[in-house]
Amino acid sequence: MNVELKDINKTFGAVHANVGINMKIPAGTIQGILGENGAGKSTLMKILSGFIRPDQGQILLDGRPVSIHSPADAIRQGVGMLHQDPLDFPPLRLIENFTLGHAGGLLPQQGEALKDFKKLAEQFGFSLDPEAYVDSLTVGERQQLEIIRLIWLGARVLIFDEPTTGISGPQKVNLFNALRILAKQGMTVLFVSHKLEDVEGLCDRVVVLRQGHLVGGTQAPYNTHQLVEMMFGKEITLGERSAGCAEEVILSLHEMAVEDYRLHIGRTNLDVCRGEVIGLAGMEGSGQNLFLRAVAGMVRTVGGQIVLDGQDLTGRSYHVYKENGVAFLPASRLEEGLVPGLTITEHVILAEESSGFFINWEKGRQLAQERISEFNVKGTPANTVESLSGGNQQRALLALLRDQLTLLLLEHPTRGLDIESTIYIWSKLKERCHQGTSILFISSDLEEILHYSDRVLVFFSGKVTAPLEASTLTTEKLGELIGGMGWPKSNGEGKPS
Amino acid sequence: MKKNNWLTFGFQVGAIILALLFTTAVLLLAGAPPLQAYLSVIKGTVSSMDNVTNVLSAWAPLLLTTCGVLITFAAGLWNIGIEGQIMAGAIFTTGALRLLQNSSLSTGWILVIGFLAGLVGGAIWAALAGVLKIFGGVNEIFGGLGLNFVATAFALYLIIGPWARPGIASTSGTLMFPQKLWLPTLPKVALSPWALGVGLIVVILVYFLLRGTHFGLRLKAVGKNAKAAFLMGVPTWQYSMFAFLLCGSFAGLAGAIQVTSVYHRLTPAISSGYGFLGLLVAMLINYQALWAAPVALFFAALNIGGIQLPIVLKLDSSLSGVLQETMVLFVLLVEGARQQLFRKR
Repeated sequence: MNVELKDINKTFGAVHANVGINMKIPAGTIQGILGENGAGKSTLMKILSGFIRPDQGQILLDGRPVSIHSPADAIRQGVGMLHQDPLDFPPLRLIENFTLGHAGGLLPQQGEALKDFKKLAEQFGFSLDPEAYVDSLTVGERQQLEIIRLIWLGARVLIFDEPTTGISGPQKVNLFNALRILAKQGMTVLFVSHKLEDVEGLCDRVVVLRQGHLVGGTQAPYNTHQLVEMMFGKEITLGERSAGCAEEVILSLHEMAVEDYRLHIGRTNLDVCRGEVIGLAGMEGSGQNLFLRAVAGMVRTVGGQIVLDGQDLTGRSYHVYKENGVAFLPASRLEEGLVPGLTITEHVILAEESSGFFINWEKGRQLAQERISEFNVKGTPANTVESLSGGNQQRALLALLRDQLTLLLLEHPTRGLDIESTIYIWSKLKERCHQGTSILFISSDLEEILHYSDRVLVFFSGKVTAPLEASTLTTEKLGELIGGMGWPKSNGEGKPS
Repeated sequence: MKKNNWLTFGFQVGAIILALLFTTAVLLLAGAPPLQAYLSVIKGTVSSMDNVTNVLSAWAPLLLTTCGVLITFAAGLWNIGIEGQIMAGAIFTTGALRLLQNSSLSTGWILVIGFLAGLVGGAIWAALAGVLKIFGGVNEIFGGLGLNFVATAFALYLIIGPWARPGIASTSGTLMFPQKLWLPTLPKVALSPWALGVGLIVVILVYFLLRGTHFGLRLKAVGKNAKAAFLMGVPTWQYSMFAFLLCGSFAGLAGAIQVTSVYHRLTPAISSGYGFLGLLVAMLINYQALWAAPVALFFAALNIGGIQLPIVLKLDSSLSGVLQETMVLFVLLVEGARQQLFRKR
C-alpha cells in the first residue's frame, strides 16, 4: 500500500511536535524514520495510526485521501502500529489477545484463530505459547505477539516504533527477516528508530526528523556520518571505559538459587567489587531479569546467601535492601518506575528521604528543578511524568535516584534513548561508580554491554556463565554465548570453554 | 492555564444545567409542575430556622463520609463498604451507650466513649474489607458490598433480638435513649455544634492531609501506581490498609452522630444513605478536598429540601436523589467529553 503524508502539523501546547511533514512511501519498501528522542517520530506515527489527529494535513493511502479516526479505524484501512511499550492485556491468554481486535461474530472462531496463530508464529520463527498469559511474557515476546496479531488483522502498512530496543540479538535477526518477508509481500513497513546500525542494516530508505522537522531523506547505501549529522546537527563519538575494579567486595552471592514458574537459576556465586559495572547479557527471558530482581530482594531466593556490604540480607524484603543502599530501576518506566498522574516535583519528593510530616513544596520544586537541569530532562517540575517523551521519562527515573547508593540495579537503562542521551546517562552512571556505587545492568545491546561493563555475565535459559572480563570479549563471542553456543554440556552454572 | 480553568468551569456549569433539564423532563413525564417542585425544594431548605438547622445537621455526617471516601479514592480504592462502616459505627456507639447509660460516669464521658466506640466500629468494618482485599484478593467493591449486607443484617438482629424494645419486637428501631444522652444542641434548635464541629475538623484535616503531607502524597502514589510506589520505597499494602482504617473511622463517626444527634437510637436505616451520597459528592468534586464542604452542603440541602415534596406536591422525596445522581452522571459525562475534545485537537 502506498502511503503519502501531506503537510502534517501537530502541536502539544507550546511544543510543535510535527512541522509541515511531507513524505511518500511506496508499497513494498522498508522506510526508516530516524531521529533522537522528542524529534517527533512517535507523534507522526501515532497520527498515521489513528491514535492522535493532526492539527492540519492529509494522509493518502494508495493515492486516496483518508481520514483516520481511531486505531481500530486505522486497522480497517490497513494501518497497524506496534508501540514502543506494547499495548496488550496482561491478564489474558496470548490467543485471547490475538483474537481480541478481530471484527466478527459473537463467538470468536478460536480453532481457526489458533491455527493462524501457530502458522504466523512459525512463519516468523517466534516461539509463543498461545495458552500462556501475557503478563508472563517479556517485552520482546509481547512485541512478537503484536506483530502476528496486526498481520492477522489485515494490516498492510505496519509501523514499528523502536522495535529492536527490548529484544535480543537473535530475536532482532528474526524480526528483520520477518520485516523483509513482509516488504516482499508488498507491505509497507515503517521502521522508527534512533539506532543507526539497525536502520542501515534493514531499511531501503531513510528520512530523518529533528525537532519536529523532516530534515532530509536518503537511500541505501548510507553514509553514517551524514545520518548522524542530520540527526544531531553534529557528530558524536562514544566515550572511554573507566579503569578496573578495586579490592573491596560490595555484594557477595554464595550459591544463590532462584526460580519462577518457568526458569530455574541454580547455585550462582558472584563477588561484585566497589565501583564495578557488570553487564547481564542474554536473550529476553533467559533469567537475567529474575536474577536482577533476586539481587534487589524483590524475588525470594530458594537457596544460598546474598551478602551486601558484609550484611546477610538473604530473604529480606526489597525495602530492607533499599535502606541498605540498593536501588532498582525497572525497564517498563510507566508501569513500574513512575507514577502517571503525578508531577516531577511530586516524584522527587516521594523519592527523597522524607523529613517531617508536612511537605515543603518550595524545597521540592527547587530540588526538582535542579534534577531537571542536571539530567537534562525536557520538562518542568509541574509536568506530569506521562507527558514526557520516553527518553525523558528514563532521564527522570535516573534523576530520582538517591545520592549515596551502594548498588544500582538497572533493567535496560538506555532502552529507547538516542546516542547522545545514552552517552549522557552513562557518564552520570560512571560518575556514581567513581563515588563507589557498583552497577549491575541488563541490556539487549551488545555494544552497550561490552562498552560499559567491567565484567559480563551471560544468561541462557537459566544458566549463568562465570563473570567474563569484558576486555577479552568480542561481540561475536558474546552473541554465540547468548545464542546458546559454546556452553558446556553439564547442568547448572557453567563455565564456557 | 487561567483560560483553561474558566473553560472547565463553563463545562461544569453546562453539566449542571443538563442535569436540571433532565430532571425537569422527568418531572414533566410524571405530570408534576417542575418550577413548583424546585421552589418547594428550595423552600424546604431555607424557609425556616428548623429547615436550615436540619440541613446543617445532615451536612455533618455527609462531610465525614465524603472525607472518608476522598482518602480511599486517593489510594485507588472504591470503598463501597462505607454504608456498612456507618452501620458498624452506629452499632458500636449504641452498644457503648447501652452499656454505660446506667453507670456512674458523667454523660459527657459516656458520649465521648460512644463516639470513640463508633470510630472503632467503623474502622473494624473497614479493616475487614481491607484484609479481604489485601490478603484475600477480594475486590473491595464486592467485599464492601457483602459487608454492607452483613452489617445491616446484624443491626436487624440486634434490634429485634437482644436490644429489642421491651414488649414489642419491631424493626423500626431500639428504645430511644434518655434525653441526657442526646448530643447537646444549640438552644431552641435541633443542631448540635459538636457534630458539625467534628465534620468541619475532619474536612480541614483531610484537605491538608491530601494536599500538604508526605502521607497524602504516598497515598496518591499507591493509588495511581502501586508497583512504582513500592519501588520508590512506599510500604504499599500498609498504606492501603491505613486508607481503609481512616475512611472507616470517619464513617464510624458519622454513625455515632446519627445515633447520638439524629435518631437517638439504632434503626436499620441509620446510615440514611450518607455513605453512597459521600461517594457521589467525591466524584462530583473530582476528588478535590477543597470543594468537599460546599458541595456536601448543597447535597445535604437537596436531601432536606426533598422532604417537603410529598407533603406539598404529593411527589416522592426521591426527586432530590434523581437530581443529585443525574448531576454526578452529567458532570462525569461532560468532563469525559471535554477531555476527549481537547485531546483530539
